[in-house]
Amino acid sequence: MNQVASVATSAPANSITASALRRHTLWDAVLKHGTRSAAITVLLLLGGVIATLVQGSWLSLSTFGPEFLTTEKWNPVSEEFGALAPIYGTLLTSLIAMLIGIPISIGIAIFLTELCPPRLKRSISTAIELLAGIPSIIYGIWGLFVLAPFLQAHVQPVLIEVFAGVPVLGTMFAGPPYGIGIFTAGIILSIMVLPYITSVTRDVFETVPPTLKESAYALGCTTWEVVRKIVLPFTSTGVIGGIMLGLGRALGETMAVTFVIGNAHKIAGSILAPGTTISASIANEFTEAETALYTSSLISLGLLLFLITFTVLAIARLLLLRLQRQAGK
Amino acid sequence: MQNFDMSRYKRRRRVSSLLMIGSWFAAITGLAILGLILFTLFWRGVGGLNLAVFTESTPPPGAAGGLLNAIYGSVMMTVLGTALGTPLGILAGTWMAEYGRNSRLATTIRFINDILLSAPSIVIGLFVYEVMVVTMGHFSAWAGGCALALLVLPVVVRTTEDMLLLVPDGLREAASALGSPRWMVISRVCYRAAKAGMITGVLLAVARVTGETAPLLFTALNNQFMSTDMNAPMANLPVVIFQFALSPYPEWQQLAWTAALLITVTVLILNIVARALSSSRIKKD
Repeated sequence: MNQVASVATSAPANSITASALRRHTLWDAVLKHGTRSAAITVLLLLGGVIATLVQGSWLSLSTFGPEFLTTEKWNPVSEEFGALAPIYGTLLTSLIAMLIGIPISIGIAIFLTELCPPRLKRSISTAIELLAGIPSIIYGIWGLFVLAPFLQAHVQPVLIEVFAGVPVLGTMFAGPPYGIGIFTAGIILSIMVLPYITSVTRDVFETVPPTLKESAYALGCTTWEVVRKIVLPFTSTGVIGGIMLGLGRALGETMAVTFVIGNAHKIAGSILAPGTTISASIANEFTEAETALYTSSLISLGLLLFLITFTVLAIARLLLLRLQRQAGK
Repeated sequence: MQNFDMSRYKRRRRVSSLLMIGSWFAAITGLAILGLILFTLFWRGVGGLNLAVFTESTPPPGAAGGLLNAIYGSVMMTVLGTALGTPLGILAGTWMAEYGRNSRLATTIRFINDILLSAPSIVIGLFVYEVMVVTMGHFSAWAGGCALALLVLPVVVRTTEDMLLLVPDGLREAASALGSPRWMVISRVCYRAAKAGMITGVLLAVARVTGETAPLLFTALNNQFMSTDMNAPMANLPVVIFQFALSPYPEWQQLAWTAALLITVTVLILNIVARALSSSRIKKD
């Protein structure tokens, strides 16, 4: 406080002259308009990103039309491009990531808010959040050299054997065990979205008023019943917001997926087979794209990815914003 | 109490215990994965760590070499990205916290900034490619730095705004009541009060771009040789990891692991320093 008081008195009090007033008015205007234009720049940047992507993808979109979205073929030699395989890969890997990631993340959040000894709580939270800080390329190199060989040797053969002959599941887990592929990419993604979903879920779990939980315990509820009937309904909006945030990450994640997906532009029945995602296609092929149409098709993929993640993230933000407003009241 | 159904109660207890064990298991899995990733990195990375890593440039296939050019490139582009993104981000964040607050423009920008914060970085790369690489006609470290600046920006905007909003309005009013003009209230009172938090934000932003690969792939590209020309393609650690890890040469793969270790250690240190800064501030309050 002293610091603030001494600063505030030192400058303006001793010299209220016309020139000082003018100087202050000038600085006020400079700061106000300077910061305002910086804020508007942020707005313009997003507009710029969308405009640039639309412009860049124009050639490809006008050549292929809406069929771009429904064609599986991706042939740089004959210059026929379709986005179906990358879209399929992006959605499927994200789905796998969510199926594995959501239960584990919510489990960790329940552990942190209900079960964890207070002494460990902070360090475990920090450790989980550090997972979020690790760059995606590290997950990529780890996935390629550690996870993929492990899955190939120990997990995929078991899956293939167990589900062989079972309808639907048998096709889904058909061999051979490549190691790299959609399944491995999904698992890497599930590890990557874990910290995002966990930290949001834990934060919203902590907004549940303790009296609510204590009342439920007093009525004889078990821990699980308190979580299931009190905590989750109370925080459902926030949890869904967190999940959407994680989904946004999974859909747009590039490097980790590029390492382990195998970059095959085809839709295989088996999820163990190599595939590709939108971001992996761009990362792998962009610098090799020789022709204008090839480049433009890749930029169209980028535009598509941006629109998908924009929608998902916008929904996530709106949900979380609504929750904040509720909490504010 | 007489007709209290004990077996039903026991079943409820069992279900609860089972799920709570599941929750323990989830937490242990999360920590185990973090441990496993760090362990693998150290185990495979430390072996390749020697003086040559810091004194020699990336080698041709099959030869020994280091990472000097890539380290230099990464540092230069991160510095450039931070230098461009931070001032703009601080100014924008200041406007949103001090002037805009709940106006419609500020709400819109907040929303857009949150979208940019989580937008796929590869899309940012495509944007910079179209705007800078195509216009200039070649890949360059300038473009790489600008791509990173676009990733630094939303993080800084967000933390600056959040930290300034934590400064109590009473402080602003007190300063104004003493006759300070607005610009002095902001620069001498609000910035000082929010300093630790704002530095944390910048550190987190630097940590974020240190390992970014996707936006550099087609902006800065890569360069096998030492280059200090910002107007030409420049080597950088993430892209070197990408190329070398996927190569069949054991020397290259070893360098990729070493580079991965260097990046991870840097990022973790930045994260931990940022955390220490922000928690020391909370304690003081």
